[in-house]
Amino acid sequence: MNISKSEAPAVPIVVNRKIVSWYEASARQRVRLMLDAGSFHEFIGPEQREESPHLQVFDLPTQFDDGIITGRGRIAGAPVFVAAQEGRFMGGAFGEVHGAKLTGLLRAARDTKSVPVLILFDTGGVRLQEANAGELAIAEIMRALIEARMAGVKIVGLIGGRAGCYGGGGLIAGCCSALAVSEQGRISVSGPEVIETNRGVEEFDSRDRALVWRTMGGKHRRLLGGAEAFVDDTVESFRNIALHLIDAVSGFGPDVLKAEQACLEQRLQRFGLCADAVDIWKAEGVADTEAVPAMAAADFNDLANKAREPRYDAR
Amino acid sequence: METLSYRHKAQERAAGSKSLAIIGVVASGNLEVLVERVLPDTECRIDINTAAEGFGAVWEAVVADFVERRSPGGLKLSINDGGARPDTVALRLAQAVRLIEEDDQ
Repeated sequence: MNISKSEAPAVPIVVNRKIVSWYEASARQRVRLMLDAGSFHEFIGPEQREESPHLQVFDLPTQFDDGIITGRGRIAGAPVFVAAQEGRFMGGAFGEVHGAKLTGLLRAARDTKSVPVLILFDTGGVRLQEANAGELAIAEIMRALIEARMAGVKIVGLIGGRAGCYGGGGLIAGCCSALAVSEQGRISVSGPEVIETNRGVEEFDSRDRALVWRTMGGKHRRLLGGAEAFVDDTVESFRNIALHLIDAVSGFGPDVLKAEQACLEQRLQRFGLCADAVDIWKAEGVADTEAVPAMAAADFNDLANKAREPRYDAR
Repeated sequence: METLSYRHKAQERAAGSKSLAIIGVVASGNLEVLVERVLPDTECRIDINTAAEGFGAVWEAVVADFVERRSPGGLKLSINDGGARPDTVALRLAQAVRLIEEDDQ
């Protein structure tokens, strides 16, 4: 069958962000659908071919953007910088170029002293094949992030991809002004397999998915206070929460750090002896803890807001 | 890793005015295709960097079939391949051309 081009429908394909799954979308789709239509301008795009110089040594394929998309755009009309990791390329892991692109973006934001940054995390941590460069990149990113916050830039982390946010990614997330996470998102430093390998299956059974999700998943992070917001797994939800958090989070200075330190001390005091995430939920006043994992986002947010009001002055 | 490169004459210039498009991700059984409008109207070039060695004949057939079906004149396609099957490759090539032919939003 031969359909000539003039017969092809001229109607543009409209993608409804309300129903597009964040988890299923690629990093490029997330950026394109979250920002105002047509507003995204990429920095160091794939056509510049800034690929990893290390992977070829291991006879591994490279990706033109090294697994991270950086650029600027607009969200509800306001300018914003964006970085999005592609969790399917090497687990979204940080390598030398990948890390340098995020460092550069954060430094650009610092120089503006105002334009907020959205980091769409989707990472297993540092890329093992370029471990030293990757670890250095994590340190550089954290420094650049804190410098940007000190200059007055708000940095919001969005977590809901298949790779979660682990290793150095978890450290960087901890430095952000605020975090939003979905059911599918997980935030931690050591991943389930890493803990099991180092401490044994009695300590952590990485194949127990319920355990993994209730220890590192979005709902637990929200109840514990590690993430400011819990959202549905849609691009629209992440866009809305990003707008809200950019508006809601406070500035940065010594008093914020002191408040964060006090928060962490209090957390350790209250939950230090808890053996399981469920014990923490109970201590937070959640009556029916068994219902939490299956709860829809709206119901869960009602419950979480009762247990712990989201606070935006400290994490 | 193996690198392959093919040049073809295309029947006509690929439609649209976009200069660049990219589709796909480098992962096991997947690939990315970067397409750039940088060649004369009747030429097409495909550069491949693949993790699966020794499949030159299959690539040649898939690429020839693609050029015949889509007539991607003026396009340079660059591929990073994580060992995708020929049907996945054909799909991504078609997606890449459709993407560069689409109007901007």
